[in-house]
Amino acid sequence: MSSHVPSRSAAPADPPIPAGGPVLELRALTRTHGSGIAEVHALRGVNLSVHAGELVAVMGPSGSGKSTLLTIAGGLDTATGGQVIIEGQDIAGLGQKGIAALRRRSVGYVFQDYNLIPALTAAENIALPRELDGVSVRKARKEARAALEEMGLLEIADRFPDEMSGGQQQRVAIARALVGDRRLVLADEPTGALDSETGEKVLALLRSRCDQGAAGVMVTHEPRYAAWADRVVFLRDGSIVDQTLTDHSDADSLLTSEAAK
Amino acid sequence: MRRTTYSVYILSMSIRHGLLALLERGPRYGSQLRTEFESRTGSTWPLNVGQVYTTLSRLERDGLVVQDAEDDQGHALYAITDAGHTELRSWFETPVDRSNPPRDELAIKLAMAVGAPGVDIRAVIQSQRHHTVKAMQDYTRLKAQSLSDVPANRDEVAWLLVLEQLIFQAEAEARWLDHCETRLVRLAEAAATDPEPETPTVGRAASRIARAHSRR
Repeated sequence: MSSHVPSRSAAPADPPIPAGGPVLELRALTRTHGSGIAEVHALRGVNLSVHAGELVAVMGPSGSGKSTLLTIAGGLDTATGGQVIIEGQDIAGLGQKGIAALRRRSVGYVFQDYNLIPALTAAENIALPRELDGVSVRKARKEARAALEEMGLLEIADRFPDEMSGGQQQRVAIARALVGDRRLVLADEPTGALDSETGEKVLALLRSRCDQGAAGVMVTHEPRYAAWADRVVFLRDGSIVDQTLTDHSDADSLLTSEAAK
Repeated sequence: MRRTTYSVYILSMSIRHGLLALLERGPRYGSQLRTEFESRTGSTWPLNVGQVYTTLSRLERDGLVVQDAEDDQGHALYAITDAGHTELRSWFETPVDRSNPPRDELAIKLAMAVGAPGVDIRAVIQSQRHHTVKAMQDYTRLKAQSLSDVPANRDEVAWLLVLEQLIFQAEAEARWLDHCETRLVRLAEAAATDPEPETPTVGRAASRIARAHSRR
């Protein structure tokens, strides 16, 4: 390719600078299924820190452990070894009730198939985790509408999931994942069932929520969506084998090597 | 990658037609054409003014442009001729030839890495994937910036299209690399359970890839 990185108006904007400690920290995480000769190592000592304002994409072939990583980070599965630390708290010490509360308050989970409750409207779906957390119905609904308005989705506030498009459902799911004080969103193939333009809208939304200070981890096998992240982590056979850096040293070397041709 | 004669030819052909397309909007002088070409394509393929004047003199030789009067600042203006209009129409109407693509260094590298002593082909694949995904991240950041305001004019729309072409091209490469890795893992697994030696099978595949590319 005889081109170089286009540089029309400005260099790419610097990714947000992480402030404070990581929102999510995985330390030497292992997960083993089965035992003896049937033993399968889904994760083999994964270390990963994700800061506020950062969106990390996890890529890897099927069976590389990327979904396991996400479910353990979200407290939906338990690690065999290592630690999951969310906002400074090791979730192992919290017990089932504590983890459930943490998931309501701190962690938003976005599934490939949206997982909205069919009998609730968009606004009610978003309000539900807040209501479960003891916020008054009135306040929770008000917050939900505000979240929808901010995302340009207010017109679907009173629609039920089966009255929304896939892209709208997924954007509502992201709103639900980040309503309240939750600063960590974990997304498992969030664009999996969407066409490319709608997938892009979902990514743009996830990106902007992270730009506003959330920390995000997204599992995807689509390079085009992974490219929206600040950092792309490559997982293989349960280990992180490589990751693109947050700084632009790679972009600089790309420019230099292209210029040298 | 070193430019092949063919890719230099392709690039010079697209500059030629690119300049004709810009001249269709009225007479222009050399450095003005250069600026307009670059703003349409986001400086993705930078031109030097020498290339522009060389191309203009060839276009003039072929009767596709003529030197017009000078403007107020004394710049020599070029204008498109009727033959130039016809040539340009035909360029827009004819698909770009894909039956004879330029040599692809990455395909050749992977073909050569298959079975090469002391080469970890999965490491070759991963280092390329890292580079390709990183380039996609840079392009995507530029794209997100460009989409933060609705593209307002012809140049902005044109640049967005060029940028997305780079993203799609890089994506195709990343997907192909994923596919290569999966395929190699499967072949290795098959070889591990198969009493047949692995090398001849993989060797034949490599020679086919090499043959397909040597035609280019």
